[in-house]
Amino acid sequence: MQKDALKSSRLSLFLAGLKAELPLLIGVFPFGLIYGVLALEAGIPASAAQAMSAIVFAGSSQFITTQLVGNGTPAFVMVLTIFIVNLRHALYSASIAPYISKLSNGWKGLLAYLLTDEAYAIAITHYDREGSQPNSHWFFLGAGVALWSTWQASTAIGILVGAVLPTTWSLDFTLSLTFIALVMPYLKDRPSLGAALAAGIVAVLGNSLPYKLGLVAAALVGILVGLLLEKVK
Amino acid sequence: MKLWLVMFAGGLLTYLTRLSFIALAGKVEFPAWLQRSLRYVPPAVLSAIIFPEILVHEGHLNLSFGNDRLIAGLLAALVGWKTRNMLLTIVVGMVSLLLLQAIRR
Repeated sequence: MQKDALKSSRLSLFLAGLKAELPLLIGVFPFGLIYGVLALEAGIPASAAQAMSAIVFAGSSQFITTQLVGNGTPAFVMVLTIFIVNLRHALYSASIAPYISKLSNGWKGLLAYLLTDEAYAIAITHYDREGSQPNSHWFFLGAGVALWSTWQASTAIGILVGAVLPTTWSLDFTLSLTFIALVMPYLKDRPSLGAALAAGIVAVLGNSLPYKLGLVAAALVGILVGLLLEKVK
Repeated sequence: MKLWLVMFAGGLLTYLTRLSFIALAGKVEFPAWLQRSLRYVPPAVLSAIIFPEILVHEGHLNLSFGNDRLIAGLLAALVGWKTRNMLLTIVVGMVSLLLLQAIRR
């Protein structure tokens, strides 16, 4: 009896995670389409373009890689670029780690693979609100699986039919909007607002730095400003 | 062939980055300052991605009313702030951008 209850709580948390991720998917889907199109345009074979969505599974670094392939960048520079662009995931890892520290290594390994911008934002909001309950990781899994499937499917559709999409639709803007939708709930006090503004300004100033170093610098400055503003009040 | 090597190496490094602190958790105690600073990770990282996307076009800062993405982004942010509704935020932003582009054409 108790076992059944546990099972249903897992399923309902998994479904709740899926559901929480849904609004973001309308922003992610067009982004995957565009990636599929650009990858083919850069001369990447369809099989490799699709595989990259599963192996690297990180949108912005995949976009940059297609650009670099297009202009004949050396392999080690491409690998380094992917690494640096994805460094922000170490911050997500540190942020979510305390909530999943009791899980088995298998679960940790799986959830780490699913730790994208969008899955992280949904999972951490859940953990912030509910704390770490015995089955919370099923919610994280639901959000991660929803995002993963959408990314794979939209890549595939982009590869198949993307070339007919009109560029005037500005579909790439949906990703910026997704991030705007994600950030708003965090701007609830002065330190968070300060962190966001400082990071945004530094990111604009450092936008021309190579390998998205400006992004990493901006994130660190933003965090620092948040900490300083905590002290001020 | 070269591309596959890049993908596997880049993918592995990305995975290890994502795994890093998760693997350490429970084995290493994070210092208090690190734990406090993690609160600011989402607003800082997300804004650092959003600002250049909306404000910089072809290497130039564009803060004018002629920047459709800025206007649409601000409208979306306003809706997001008031409603906390993600779907509505994205839809309002996208519709605003398409309308602005249609008007200016």
